[in-house]
Amino acid sequence: MAAGILDRVAEALAPDATSAGVAHGILVLTLPPEALLPVVRRLKSELGFDLFLDVTAVDWMPQAPRFEVVWHFYSTQHHVRVRLKTRVPEADPVVDSLLPLYGAASFMERECHDMYGIGFRGNADLRPVLLYEGFVGHPLRKDYPKEQEQPLVPYRS
Amino acid sequence: MSAAGKATIPIQAAGGKSPAFEYLTTKKDELIGWARKFSLFPYPFVTACCAMEFMAVSSSPYDTDRFGAALPRFSPRQADLLMVVGTVTHKQAPILKTVYDQMCEPKWVMAFGVCATSGGFYQNYAAVAGIDKIIPVDIYVPGCPPRPEMVIDGIMKLQDMIGRSRHPILTKDF
Repeated sequence: MAAGILDRVAEALAPDATSAGVAHGILVLTLPPEALLPVVRRLKSELGFDLFLDVTAVDWMPQAPRFEVVWHFYSTQHHVRVRLKTRVPEADPVVDSLLPLYGAASFMERECHDMYGIGFRGNADLRPVLLYEGFVGHPLRKDYPKEQEQPLVPYRS
Repeated sequence: MSAAGKATIPIQAAGGKSPAFEYLTTKKDELIGWARKFSLFPYPFVTACCAMEFMAVSSSPYDTDRFGAALPRFSPRQADLLMVVGTVTHKQAPILKTVYDQMCEPKWVMAFGVCATSGGFYQNYAAVAGIDKIIPVDIYVPGCPPRPEMVIDGIMKLQDMIGRSRHPILTKDF
């Protein structure tokens, strides 16, 4: 049954995706950034993917569109997952926010913005959630020196 | 108190004129240190997984009440031993500093677990590599997490230290 619904989803969304395939039982769709909102809207309203699991990013530093933003969705009716991927360049790392469709996107997009500096068009509240005000940079980017601390309390000498 | 700095404390015998145990001589610092080392009131500043081991130490099989250090006070005003149990992040550091500043003298600090001691394997942007970068630490108990025996050993070493140190009546704060 799981394979059946994945086939149906792949068939329905294949025209919007640049590539589609199944990895570890998850349907993986690669999209251009502008196709994201229509695809997610169809996933939610027509195909029953009602649970938004996560949004995160991958930093492929030497490559040309540097960041890959990754979303995961789950269907509580069919018990299958779908993963969406899109690439955004370093100069303008912005994708559409999923806040109009899933309320849970709010904090996850804030976290992704903390760690990778991905902007989410339509999410007005991108204050730091895991980091703190005044933190400079995005620590999970490959070019952030991983031991560079930004202490809030002055160190004892 | 005599000129030599020794206190003389008369103790009333039960039967009136018993010759034994009428007087006890000691040093002021030893007396106060003895009292203080058996009345440690810990403030558990618990942030991470070491909390499980802290619960084990606090529970009856290990019975820290033997050392007078069983009753946690959840107000820093009433505590004199700050037990920092677990990783302290940079975001958490101002809170730890505030709690430490709110504690009244005399106060001692125990770094419980390797993260509080040195940051452990968290040598990154998020974690403070040892709470002694922020507040002074009196005793370090490394381990990930430390065994309850190590914590008890740490408490006993801290008690030794308190018993041997000077306890001035007038401090710099008066």
